[in-house]
Amino acid sequence: MTEVVATNQTILVVGGGISGMTAALEAAETGAQVVLVEKRPYLGGRVSQLYKYFPKLCHPTCGLEINQRRAKMNPNLTIITGAEVSKVEGEAGNYTATVKITPTYVNDNCTACGECAKAVEAEFDDEYNYGLSKRKGAYLPHVMAHPMKYVLDPGIIGTDDAQKAKDACKYDAIDLDDTEKEIQFPAGAIIWATGWKPYDAAKIQPYGYDRYENVITNVEFERMADPKGPTGGKIVRPSDGKEAKNVAFIQCAGSRDRNHLYHCSRICCMASLKQTHYVVDAYEDAQVSIYYIDIRAIDRFEDFYAEVQAMENVKFIKSKVASITRGENDNPCLNGVDTEGYHRYANEHDLVVLATGMEPSVSIDSFPVDVEINREGFIEPAEKNGGVFAAGCASDALDVNRAVQSATGAALKAIQVVNRVARAEG
Amino acid sequence: MSELNKAMIEQYRNSFLSEVEANVEEGEWVKMCMQCGVCSGSCPLGKHWAHPPQEIFMMIRAGKRDEVLTSDSMWMCTSCYNCIVRCPRELPITHIMHGLATYARKLGLVPQNQPTAKFAEIFWNNMMKKGRVNELKLGLSLYFKDGFGPGIKEALRNKDLGMKMMKAKRMAASEFFGGHGVKDVSGLQKMIKKAQELEDARMKKFD
Repeated sequence: MTEVVATNQTILVVGGGISGMTAALEAAETGAQVVLVEKRPYLGGRVSQLYKYFPKLCHPTCGLEINQRRAKMNPNLTIITGAEVSKVEGEAGNYTATVKITPTYVNDNCTACGECAKAVEAEFDDEYNYGLSKRKGAYLPHVMAHPMKYVLDPGIIGTDDAQKAKDACKYDAIDLDDTEKEIQFPAGAIIWATGWKPYDAAKIQPYGYDRYENVITNVEFERMADPKGPTGGKIVRPSDGKEAKNVAFIQCAGSRDRNHLYHCSRICCMASLKQTHYVVDAYEDAQVSIYYIDIRAIDRFEDFYAEVQAMENVKFIKSKVASITRGENDNPCLNGVDTEGYHRYANEHDLVVLATGMEPSVSIDSFPVDVEINREGFIEPAEKNGGVFAAGCASDALDVNRAVQSATGAALKAIQVVNRVARAEG
Repeated sequence: MSELNKAMIEQYRNSFLSEVEANVEEGEWVKMCMQCGVCSGSCPLGKHWAHPPQEIFMMIRAGKRDEVLTSDSMWMCTSCYNCIVRCPRELPITHIMHGLATYARKLGLVPQNQPTAKFAEIFWNNMMKKGRVNELKLGLSLYFKDGFGPGIKEALRNKDLGMKMMKAKRMAASEFFGGHGVKDVSGLQKMIKKAQELEDARMKKFD
């Protein structure tokens, strides 16, 4: 696995989410040699944690499955999971990448039979469900994980659980002596597709995400709506597990706010409109309130917005909520003044979903490669970047559709660089 | 109607926003408001405002000159700075409110017997005498602002607090005779006078 055959005609793709996968596959399918490095133990990134896509309300698993199949079939593509690029040196056509591979303690013999998970006892927060549920110390990250392999949590190494897992494995797939490795290999061009993370909602102090159980984020709500998620698809209040029928969405939670994120995260309006469907579909007597500054549903999304606007049990309140206080029965109480009439309100809801924005995954000061980064932390296209091209949410706050377009463009740019190298070398 | 007020109406016919931008401190920020409402919702005295800040900004842009300048809303601001801290666009809302209040006063449009306006006047005059606030005299002038009878009543009501302040050396009876001040009082007064002249000259061109 750690043997990587690469030359300076190889394209290195950093990040295996929807953008990285797309860029890697598009490039590999033109015949280029591609190495894809992904930090998580599986591909698919944040898209794998979505229940439905907007505007078609179809399932991301469908597209992921196609991409995973393309990845399996392509001999030009090498995938390294559980790995991070720690250093990049050189210039366009002649880079050397240093990659750190964290141990998963499971080798390719794994058949995903699941015996190890049955044998171990310790439980950890499940990062796939944003901590809304627990998983074992030996676990399959999610049902469609690629590679389809179990992973051991480093937390059980050195405990009895580790030995139990090893003893339970019939295929000699567990190697407890696995250690962190560092490898170096050449590359001609680099596609930077490290994606995004949800803005830390606890930083928006007046919303009390860290104080009120019934205030959650949109990414958490997405997991909750998923039948494979922590509540089996039931929309409930974390405080008491009761049905959450009166749900409020707060838009621009962190975005378009100079105290938090400068930029508009672009996806949150459509995400909340999509999630409104989840609530309305779940309960006949659902009540949804969307608190917004302005709804940014552009182009063809306008129809989707109009459709939600027409729903009788959905209210749009033009106001950025000023604060959340604790109401009766742990109901979050939303306080503010609306812009259409300047009425002061204090509205209680069963559950509040913060439409948190997108923040670049890699913080401005920890980029291992010298590229032009803007105030918001995204990579700007610049001469200085040489053969490094940003794809997807590393370049801007994008939805999946636009991220895939961006990734295909980045693949084309990278192919041009390695083709130039190939011509020069004859 | 004051002469200056008439001149300003003539100058900025139909564009109150331009008037605010030109004459109100930090007024150029008004156009940056995106009407999210966080300022109004975060204001601890918000429910006492006839028009919360967000509405004031919209009224300025809608050209509602009289309603804004004669309103007592901006006089409700206590300078807690909640709105400035929370504004997603970093508008200096507190300063704009004070700017509007100052401008309304300049034009002679302050509502009758507006207590905050009266207090501001008392505070300013008190401070300009010595360059420092004389707490004792400030308190007394505030108590007696509505006449002798109510003044005595108010003073008696607050006597315990006053005694405590004396005890804690936050206020001294000796302040009644002169009181403490800055080293160069006349220098300070000259400086303020010069500033006033410059401001008057700026406004003069509208007469």
